[in-house]
Amino acid sequence: MGIEPMVQAPGGALIPPGADQDALLNNVTQTMMDKGFVVAQLDNLVNWARTGSLWPMTFGLACCAVEMMHAYVSRYDLDRFGVVPRPSPRQSDVIIVAGTLTNKMAPAFRKVYDQMAEPRYVISMGSCANGGGYYHYSYSVVRGCDRVVPVDIYVPGCPPTAEALIYGILQLQKKIRRTGTLWR
Amino acid sequence: MADVQPVGEIGDYIADKLSGAITSQTIAGGELTLHVAPDALLKVLATLRDDINCQFKQLVDVCGVDYPEREKRFEVVYHLLSMAQNARVRVKIDTDEVTPVPSATGIFSSAGWWEREAWDLYGILFSDHPDLRRILTDYGFEGHPLRKDFPLTGYVEVRYDDEQKRVVYEPVKLTQEFRTFDFLSPWEGMTRPLPGDEKAEAGEDAEPEKGDG
Repeated sequence: MGIEPMVQAPGGALIPPGADQDALLNNVTQTMMDKGFVVAQLDNLVNWARTGSLWPMTFGLACCAVEMMHAYVSRYDLDRFGVVPRPSPRQSDVIIVAGTLTNKMAPAFRKVYDQMAEPRYVISMGSCANGGGYYHYSYSVVRGCDRVVPVDIYVPGCPPTAEALIYGILQLQKKIRRTGTLWR
Repeated sequence: MADVQPVGEIGDYIADKLSGAITSQTIAGGELTLHVAPDALLKVLATLRDDINCQFKQLVDVCGVDYPEREKRFEVVYHLLSMAQNARVRVKIDTDEVTPVPSATGIFSSAGWWEREAWDLYGILFSDHPDLRRILTDYGFEGHPLRKDFPLTGYVEVRYDDEQKRVVYEPVKLTQEFRTFDFLSPWEGMTRPLPGDEKAEAGEDAEPEKGDG
């Protein structure tokens, strides 16, 4: 995996591993040793906390759910990103709509979304959730889950690979870092 | 694969035993199909299940078929499996939108949900069914979507209404009409021999073509 442990500088910029990052980390460690505390900007701290523990609501609807499971378990192991699937919308920060959203499921899906606490995000995974996909002209399928909830990230594919979903989660983290504020 | 009892023998046996109930029997692809009059259905199913030479104890499937050009447009198809005889049989009956079919739930308890499905998707009525209501389609759905005259996209679509704070149903509005492509698929449309297939078509008696040199 080509994901390098980035460190965020006080200005908000990400610093890749190297001499600069070492210097920054040493500086922080030294400050901790000397004073016992460090000073950081609150919104950066909040964004760091939010991106580091994106708990997704388990919402597998069709075959995309299998790829979502692949992303969760040992090979890709989303736990490393602090992404832990939750069984309850009350504990969730993000809902991954993995599969075909049918008309019959739409009110239940909206209810689950409404039960999530703010700030909440939506990842639409796969062609069916993005725009109806294969079932676009069907009498029983919602033509895209953005007809029911506001979507932050669209992951294309039928189904998207586990890597694609992880990339989508990383894009969501980037979006939170870019736009996240203390209050929404 | 284990030996399968010749289905023709079972068919002849049943036709013999239930003379009059079976209107016709056919064997296609090594599978036996019995056409039955609707009022004789329960008798045929019970006999197929209980007769010692049949023992079709499992009802594998009940489904509907729509043939809009026929006077009785629907066909109800029952698939039965006999583990004892290692044989399968298919029972077909004809019906239309208003004529109820006797429910098989009294003979095979598994028929209940399949008959609900046939009612839901085709609108085939079953008499004496304990709980004949929709099983698959949306709550409050109107129409029977697997009928040939049901429009592909249906009549309603859903979206979330921000003012009413709920999911609302609206008439279907498509941004792009459904397109039907009438060209043949490359697998079915290819009538001339595929390049390289000439040798296989010619067979073994044909002399392989020799070069001049």
